Amino acid sequence: MTALVLGIGNILWADEGFGVRAVEAFHRLYAMADGVDLLDGGTQGLYLVNRVAEVERLLVFDAIDYGLKPGTLKVVTGDEVPKFTGAKKMSLHQTGFQEVLSAADLMGHYPKDIALIGCQPLDLEDWGGPLTAPVATSIEPALAAAVGILAAWGVAPMRRAAPLPPESGLLANDIDRAAYERPRAGLA
Amino acid sequence: MGIETPNGFKLDNAGRRIVVDPVTRIEGHMRVEVNVDADNVIRNAVSTGTMWRGIEVILKGRDPRDAWAFTERICGVCTGTHALTSVRAVENALGINIPENANSIRNIMQLTLQVHDHLVHFYHLHALDWVDVVSALSADPKATSALAQSISDWPLSSPGYFRDLQGRLKKFVESGQLGPFKNGYWGHAAYKLPPEANLMAVAHYLEALDFQKEIVKIHTVYGGKNPHPNWLVGGVPSPINVDGVGAVGAINMERLNLVSSIIDQAITFTEQVYIPDLRAIGSFYKDWLHGGGLSSTSVMSYGDIPEHANDYSEASLKLPRGVILNGKLDEIHPIDLTNPDEVQEFVTHSWYKYPDETKGLHPWDGVTEPHFELGPNARGTKTNIEALDEAAKYSFIKSPRWKGHAVEVGPLARYVIGYAQGKAEFKEPVDKLLTDLGLPLTALFSTLGRTAARALECQWAAHQLRYFQDKLVATIKAGDLSTANTDKWTPDTWPKEAKGVGFTEAPRGALGHWIKIKDGKIDNYQAVVPTTWNGSPRDPQGNIGAFEAALLDTPMADPEKPLEILRTLHSFDPCLACSTHVMSEDGQDMATVTVR
Repeated sequence: MTALVLGIGNILWADEGFGVRAVEAFHRLYAMADGVDLLDGGTQGLYLVNRVAEVERLLVFDAIDYGLKPGTLKVVTGDEVPKFTGAKKMSLHQTGFQEVLSAADLMGHYPKDIALIGCQPLDLEDWGGPLTAPVATSIEPALAAAVGILAAWGVAPMRRAAPLPPESGLLANDIDRAAYERPRAGLA
Repeated sequence: MGIETPNGFKLDNAGRRIVVDPVTRIEGHMRVEVNVDADNVIRNAVSTGTMWRGIEVILKGRDPRDAWAFTERICGVCTGTHALTSVRAVENALGINIPENANSIRNIMQLTLQVHDHLVHFYHLHALDWVDVVSALSADPKATSALAQSISDWPLSSPGYFRDLQGRLKKFVESGQLGPFKNGYWGHAAYKLPPEANLMAVAHYLEALDFQKEIVKIHTVYGGKNPHPNWLVGGVPSPINVDGVGAVGAINMERLNLVSSIIDQAITFTEQVYIPDLRAIGSFYKDWLHGGGLSSTSVMSYGDIPEHANDYSEASLKLPRGVILNGKLDEIHPIDLTNPDEVQEFVTHSWYKYPDETKGLHPWDGVTEPHFELGPNARGTKTNIEALDEAAKYSFIKSPRWKGHAVEVGPLARYVIGYAQGKAEFKEPVDKLLTDLGLPLTALFSTLGRTAARALECQWAAHQLRYFQDKLVATIKAGDLSTANTDKWTPDTWPKEAKGVGFTEAPRGALGHWIKIKDGKIDNYQAVVPTTWNGSPRDPQGNIGAFEAALLDTPMADPEKPLEILRTLHSFDPCLACSTHVMSEDGQDMATVTVR
């Protein structure tokens, strides 16, 4: 595998789920180039180190508190990435991910290129809640940024003619985004 | 003021108060406050954890067959264990039986998690409480090699190997970015290993990290993917197609052989690396036998790893089941998780509201209504707590009790029960380890004993993996390819109302899910997790939980650097991730210690 597109976060805490939801949407809307893998990393922390250590290029989606306006996207690359993932400890997976990167480094397998597409969350306290409007709106622009980064790496994805149906998505069993958010939307 | 708790511990909160917040290298957020006497011995301990809002809020009204996928997301570590507990709860409620192959595969999934989690916990979360990484820089690679070869046949042990590793470590430390090794109390007086043992342990830290990529492949084979493997009410999701070639998701001969070879590696790694390391560390720390807490008096295990599909009786479960109370090792109480008088959760000292807080609630009737207020003797404010008031509510963790008793759960609890039952597979390895280290049986009841029980259990689990893999292959070869029972898949086959309970032994202890189903949908769902048992605050009677009990009477070399506290708490493998979310301020990485 030459590149890994990784979404991290906890879907059960509203905007905390941004990274996973971005990867889920990326998968439904785009076909990845050969050698590019998409992964819903959840809050797996150190368990992700082997996936990170086996790729040359790593692209991460995550909710990051930059102190900006909710929904604002910020892309950082290279050595800036570990600094940002540890900039503000909002949840388990963030400290975890900074450690994942340094553990990969210690193993002697640090990815050659790293990019982080971070989204400023609005609400991280709404247990069982959906992505808030500003963060949900940022998913498409986040994907556009990801397409640009992958293209620069020579592995541009292809937009699918039609999105994959939900049953072919990365998340199933009622935790795909539409099904998960259904009760809060007032749907049975 | 000194008091004695009903479960036999003396507490005195007169001395200096030490606050450790957050407790580092755990999953989730936790804080502990202790009082030390004039000799820096811990005389009172108060443990508190983050909020748990209850999975029922999210699951109510959902399809019971999907509950596992949600519970898999409440923790980054115990994903599969929560999923397994969930499908068992639903099957118990609806009277669904699973095929033998599904039982074997589920056991393999669960044992794989046990091996993986124990390895990661020991090397990556706990070893640094015993191993001084910085001291490893001054080790002699030749002497390290001699040490490694004297304790094990593990091939990665040449002087050159350790020299290279030391060089890499040195570069890493000199770059100023200690990464996973930052925030250690390097050079602390409580570290006892010689530099060579430290260097050997650091090498194995990295090897264990690398071995992860093999062990998780078992989850990919049987669960279809990893992380977040798939589960299925009624069996397991992947069909068996022995002659299939490369079919997505199907289990074929090639995949069965892959799993088999990984199991061999797991056995070798555990026996040639983990166990020898544990013995080496134990030999240098055998004078440090603090931290026993409840382990010598009150322990509980639900049991797990059924030999026979659908038989969750004590006789069928390969991990011990039962409760020991008040140190009476000759009396093992049976457990009934459906009995409203056995497992109950209290909130007298927890930040939740019950209609009558002198009484506990059985999980089927459990409620989770947060109510955050500080006691009259607390210091500070709600957003900046200086000191908690343990006489009032002081934690977001509830207090589960078994027939009113506080109990310890986890590997040591399982080994104490297995030992008390006289089961050779648990008793003999314990006796051998203690004899080799020249220690009496009472040494088992300690922080080190907890750490040792986890290592022995990892070895046990690796051999059980081999047993169930062989059993699965034998059944398949005999022509039984069944992996799922779909007789009661559709809700029209279910009763209008049903309730059930599912249980497992998660790596860190007893885990239960209680479900109520009404009109085909989830009506209530409660999870009581291991760290809730171990990390619970006091109950209405004043009994203290396992964390608080284990910290008592421990002498601290330097209260400003609470290595001993971290060591004992880490030995439980605390996981508060299912309560996620932090309440600490920004960017706080170091265990911050405040003396008041």
